[in-house]
Amino acid sequence: MKFEHYGRGIIKGMSVTIQHLKRHPTVNQYPEQRLNTSRRIRGNELIWDKKLCTGCATCAKTCPQGAIDIVTSANLVNNKYEVEKYQVDTGYCIQCALCVEACPFLALFMSTAYEKAKYRRNELVQQKEDMTRGQAGKVDSGYFYPDIAAALPSQTLLIEKVTEIRPKAKVEVKKETPAEAVKK
Amino acid sequence: MTIIDLNISNLVSLQKGLPPDWPGGFWWHFLVFTSIVINAVLILVMAFIYVERRGLGRMQSRLGPNRTGPQGIFQPVADALKVLLKEDIVPDSADKVVHWLAPLIAFAPTLMIFAVIPFGNGWSLIGDLNIGMLYVVSIASVSTLGVFMAGWASSNKYSLLGAMRDVASVISYEIPLVLAVASVVLITGSLSLNQIVQNQDIPFILLQPLGFLIFFMAGCAEINRSPFDLLEADSELVAGFHTEYSGMKFAMFYLVEYAEALALSALISTLFLSGWRGPLLPPWLWFVGKIFFVFSVMIWTRATLPRVRIDQLMTFTWKFMLPLALINLLVTAVEVLALPENSLWLMIPVNFALTVALILIGSKSLTVGRGRVEV
Repeated sequence: MKFEHYGRGIIKGMSVTIQHLKRHPTVNQYPEQRLNTSRRIRGNELIWDKKLCTGCATCAKTCPQGAIDIVTSANLVNNKYEVEKYQVDTGYCIQCALCVEACPFLALFMSTAYEKAKYRRNELVQQKEDMTRGQAGKVDSGYFYPDIAAALPSQTLLIEKVTEIRPKAKVEVKKETPAEAVKK
Repeated sequence: MTIIDLNISNLVSLQKGLPPDWPGGFWWHFLVFTSIVINAVLILVMAFIYVERRGLGRMQSRLGPNRTGPQGIFQPVADALKVLLKEDIVPDSADKVVHWLAPLIAFAPTLMIFAVIPFGNGWSLIGDLNIGMLYVVSIASVSTLGVFMAGWASSNKYSLLGAMRDVASVISYEIPLVLAVASVVLITGSLSLNQIVQNQDIPFILLQPLGFLIFFMAGCAEINRSPFDLLEADSELVAGFHTEYSGMKFAMFYLVEYAEALALSALISTLFLSGWRGPLLPPWLWFVGKIFFVFSVMIWTRATLPRVRIDQLMTFTWKFMLPLALINLLVTAVEVLALPENSLWLMIPVNFALTVALILIGSKSLTVGRGRVEV
């Protein structure tokens, strides 16, 4: 330690700290205030569209955790597969959203929900009734679906809470004169 | 301008603070004032904890505790309740008696400091103790004994190391602290805290800028406040000497920490900011306001400055503060002798120039180890 600047650094630091009193605190009072999440959030549940799903089980094959369990039966009258059981153990889900990307019929969506913590592990297993699209409170995430993302409200950033306006850094771009370009 | 005189007339002033017409005389006075002092200290400590946590939060762009009660004002109460209900754990191999005694020995002297601090003209437990400053300096160093007892009795080598560092830092910083006090005492010619306040027509922070800086920094180091809190660093260590303490005993150490900060703020306002004196408002309100002002400066430094290492701590006092304090004392003594009567204001320009010059010279000559920290 050497007082090379005669303690001026201490005074500078003190002035920086006192400036913070003027600024709005960059915190969020969580249960009362909620921030808009990222429009492309991969929340911790899946949303499944019953009408679009053909029961091809591509999602189950791509899932690296093997968390998706799908059982289908042939419906000979309509000439299509009926999904008997569609079950996701969100306790195993790593929210990689590979299932969403893999679905050839665009029937799977990530959810924007992030408050899905449970007290019991078996409560984490979701059945197809829990995941069906169009239920109240289920909002599709814009992940892999740019059109959905465009419709969602944009993400709140904590930096927007700080009222202080900082001067923008000037970036000077030096233009090459033709003479210099020729030299190169 | 008077030189220190400890004659009989000053000793008589001890009697002045006592109301002779009270029934029971001294004992009533003692009982009432002790309970007032203890309650005032406890309430102020709670206010300090609240102010520190909220102020520190705002300086770090946070809010601080704001859930318990309106604006979180019951947070210290909640903390106290929590810590009181916790289990009191004593290590198996601890020295039980010393382990039990240590928090008390650390706490009692801190409370005893407030016996002489005037909250108004002669408003203190011992109205106008003529050796007040000497009493404060000697009593204040006793609480270090409690800290060392705690470190020793825990039978934990890290506690012991922390306690030893605490003792080392307190002993080292005591010297510049007392030298800074001595220069104030030289100007007033009295060790009585009430007398010091009465003589402060100009606040001594103007007459003794260097003395104030030294007293503030050395005081912060003595009570282990940031940036000198390396032996109970919240973020790095497990609280040094009171690692093995929990429950009520831990609460005592926590209380000591803030009561010491309160005592230091009170001493700084008494010695350098003209204590209870001030226009319009009642004296005790001025005094409490000044205490809070000094404490918020301490919070400010805590929010700003990084923690120093033990070698930096030691070098800073022995190589920087001690020479400066000695020169300051010498110059003050010469000024007190040489300046004519009623011309104290002449000290202001001289001492400010001296402060700047000494800090410049001192900064140039101070080196610590090989590390490079530019400040």
